[in-house]
Amino acid sequence: MSAETHSSETNKGGITSSRSVGAERVSLSEDLNRPVGLERPRGARGPAPSPMWVRRVFPSFGHFLRRYAIFLVLAALIVFFQAREPAFLRINNLFSVLQSVAVVALLGIGVTVTLAVDGFDLSVGSIAAFTLMLTSYAMVVLQFDAAQTVALALLTGALIGLVNGLLIVWLRIPDLLATLGMMFLLAGLQLIPSAGRSITVGLNLPDGSVANGSFDPAFLALGRYKLWGSVPVPVLIVGLLAGVFWFLMEQTRWGRVFYAVGGNETAAYLAGAAVKRYRILAYVISATLAALGGIFVAARVGRGDVFAGSSLLLDSVAAALIGFAVLNQRRANVIGTAVGAVFVGIVLNGLTMLNVPYYTQDFVKGIVLVGALALTFGIGRGRR
Amino acid sequence: MPTSPQHDIPSLRLVNITKAYGPVRVLDQAKISVRRGEVVALMGANGAGKSTLAKIAAGVVEPDDGQIFVADKELRLSSPRAARQNGIVIVHQSTHELGAPGLSVAENLVLDDLCAGTFGALAGKRKIERRAKAVAAGVGLELELNQDFGELGPPHRQLVAIARAVAANAAVLILDEPTASLSAAEAARLFSVVDRLRGLGVGILYISHRLEDIRRVADRVVVLRNGQIVANQVRPLDLTAAVKAMIGRDLDTISRETSCSSSSTPVLTLRQVRLIPSAPKFDLTLAPGEILAITGALGSGKSRLLGAIFGLTQIAEGEIGLMGRPWRPRGPEEAIAAGVFMAGEDRWRSSLLPPLTPGADIAGTIALPHRRRWFPFGFVDESREKVAAAQAIRALGIRCRTSRDTLDLLSGGNQQKVVIARWQAAPYRLLLLDEPFQGVDVGARRDLIAAIREARRDSATLVATSDVEEALEVADVVAVMRHHTVAGLYDLRSGDSASFLTAISAVEHDETLESERVLV
Repeated sequence: MSAETHSSETNKGGITSSRSVGAERVSLSEDLNRPVGLERPRGARGPAPSPMWVRRVFPSFGHFLRRYAIFLVLAALIVFFQAREPAFLRINNLFSVLQSVAVVALLGIGVTVTLAVDGFDLSVGSIAAFTLMLTSYAMVVLQFDAAQTVALALLTGALIGLVNGLLIVWLRIPDLLATLGMMFLLAGLQLIPSAGRSITVGLNLPDGSVANGSFDPAFLALGRYKLWGSVPVPVLIVGLLAGVFWFLMEQTRWGRVFYAVGGNETAAYLAGAAVKRYRILAYVISATLAALGGIFVAARVGRGDVFAGSSLLLDSVAAALIGFAVLNQRRANVIGTAVGAVFVGIVLNGLTMLNVPYYTQDFVKGIVLVGALALTFGIGRGRR
Repeated sequence: MPTSPQHDIPSLRLVNITKAYGPVRVLDQAKISVRRGEVVALMGANGAGKSTLAKIAAGVVEPDDGQIFVADKELRLSSPRAARQNGIVIVHQSTHELGAPGLSVAENLVLDDLCAGTFGALAGKRKIERRAKAVAAGVGLELELNQDFGELGPPHRQLVAIARAVAANAAVLILDEPTASLSAAEAARLFSVVDRLRGLGVGILYISHRLEDIRRVADRVVVLRNGQIVANQVRPLDLTAAVKAMIGRDLDTISRETSCSSSSTPVLTLRQVRLIPSAPKFDLTLAPGEILAITGALGSGKSRLLGAIFGLTQIAEGEIGLMGRPWRPRGPEEAIAAGVFMAGEDRWRSSLLPPLTPGADIAGTIALPHRRRWFPFGFVDESREKVAAAQAIRALGIRCRTSRDTLDLLSGGNQQKVVIARWQAAPYRLLLLDEPFQGVDVGARRDLIAAIREARRDSATLVATSDVEEALEVADVVAVMRHHTVAGLYDLRSGDSASFLTAISAVEHDETLESERVLV
């Protein structure tokens, strides 16, 4: 029973089937999780069934609602914020919202890819923070230029992802634990070169000397330059990457294999998929995207801040999970993650403009996440 | 019907019992009766419905339809406890259901009383032992009563369970594969207990595949096939006829058109192959256009053989050849690229994706292994996918709304058709099908067999099935596998059935052993 419940939680209800009654077991295990009796409490006081014509005009109004719920809420919020604060819909404000969520969305896309292979990358926040320190160190201490720094950061990110993947695939450490370990490892490692201090121009090194490098202006432009006067570079790049990864995950055979590996690893393997390679690749992608996120943060703040990026993990995971509810996909998906990140960004921005105190932000994010999950797993449970 | 004398009233009579699990009708108007002091052997192939019938008699499962009479009184046995109160006791096949480890043998012997609350409030050690001794004496059981039940071997556990049943004044005892895990000496001891119970007037429903056991203990043999009673023999028993009834056909009447182009090189050759280091060597050849069915008990090595050809495992020794060349694939990827396809056993585990996954629909399921050839540039061409799916839906008669239906919306038979269609959607050299008729109704099975037999042309097909009847329906050649080697080969196009029947009975014999081994 517990195995059954667990398996359908991870959308694998079918895999537990035993000999001879495979199909029946599947429906059974789904039904067990669905309180059949409670689904339609159509007793004496229940609502009367809608007349025939209503059902014909709106064959599945509930379906429509589930699919577009997030967008409807978003539209309502925008109207509300705009009515209260006319500056809300100005181009610059909108791009500042996007700028604030770009890094979260980027990390969320990485998490999405690992979720697709039925994994989880808890280390994305730490990778971004580590990259922030790494890039700062590279420029300030090692005096790298922008191109060298970016290359170093991305390669390091890919390497971290490779280690994650190998820990999970070769040593068979459960994904949560392996990436949790990596999270701690990186959070500690980033402090060592600068002896626990933030990295700024003129940093005093542990050996007593003074670092004499500085942030390359070309590097800082990555976080600060605005194309056509209003589009921040990170927003453009993240937007492009979201498109690329949407295409990869939804429209190509490689995406099919990523999801197949996550859906049923055995079936994917028996259908000729290089299961291990895909799993490792998922972590490499997620870590590399996280490293790119770290680059954007470094380029924006212009210093290696020890405490920067602490909320990135939870925010990006939340974006990926809110994404489950977008278009009622009920699975990790790139568009959903991007929409989820933007949704959170708009809510926070709007509330800030209405002078809601900043310390309520996490609470608001929590409400959004719980609401989205309820939509996905509770109400969205009906047939698609 | 002469029913006047008291002892002619059957202790247990099941009439027109019908039971279905979903679309699969496990029992269809089955009738069986057990008289006082009579041992009735219940035979049947895998999935014939033996266990279900036994469970219904023991109150574990309720029938959809039919009547149960205990001593001519119609009853509804809604629970094992209700059955027990009416004198029907089952001794399960799996040894872990026979008693409570952690408790002593003595406590286990009086467990029914303890659990039912009829033991009395005080359950001191002395009192338990005294009662337990009486229970043990009922079947002549001599055991150290203080030892832990968990330390007992299967035969002793079984005897403890039988002793409990007898102490409960069982009128009918159901023994489910009782000799499965017993040595010859232990089995002999069991038979003497059975004889003793028969003398006491206990009716016994004895479920077994083992022909020698049946010959030894049975007064009557009832054969179950596809949920129906197809034979009912009294002594003298004709067990060959019983096996034929069990398989469902007279082997000599099967004839196959010879469709093989015998001139060309064999598709698959196994020479001096040892599947596992301890198994004997065997040879096997598969010609183009040929369908070979491998049958054998669970764990006899069927799946392992298929896996070795598909690159999932390595053989211990010997040579596998594909189209005359050595064949040692490193994995499914390489096998599929070379045109060796396999549909694994248990479709939801081996082939299908959960419904919410992209590509979990009919078209996506079919396309997954062929993605490289169908989508050479990476981009998933939906129309290409849909064309293949539509073709499969037409060819196999898959009942669905559209090719975008997810598999959970289909019946078991249609799901299996999709799995087979997936591998027939591209040209192949060798198709390996592991238990392709699992959880499939009769109609769908017929469609699947037709599809498998039709699609072969120049390629060969290897079907593994533990069901002898399925093997006979689908194949040109049937190989019987035992202990990881091919124990017998039977060409349905020309062959002698006597030796085959012997091999089959040997398989049925193994089955009981293997099913026990899996549980332990």
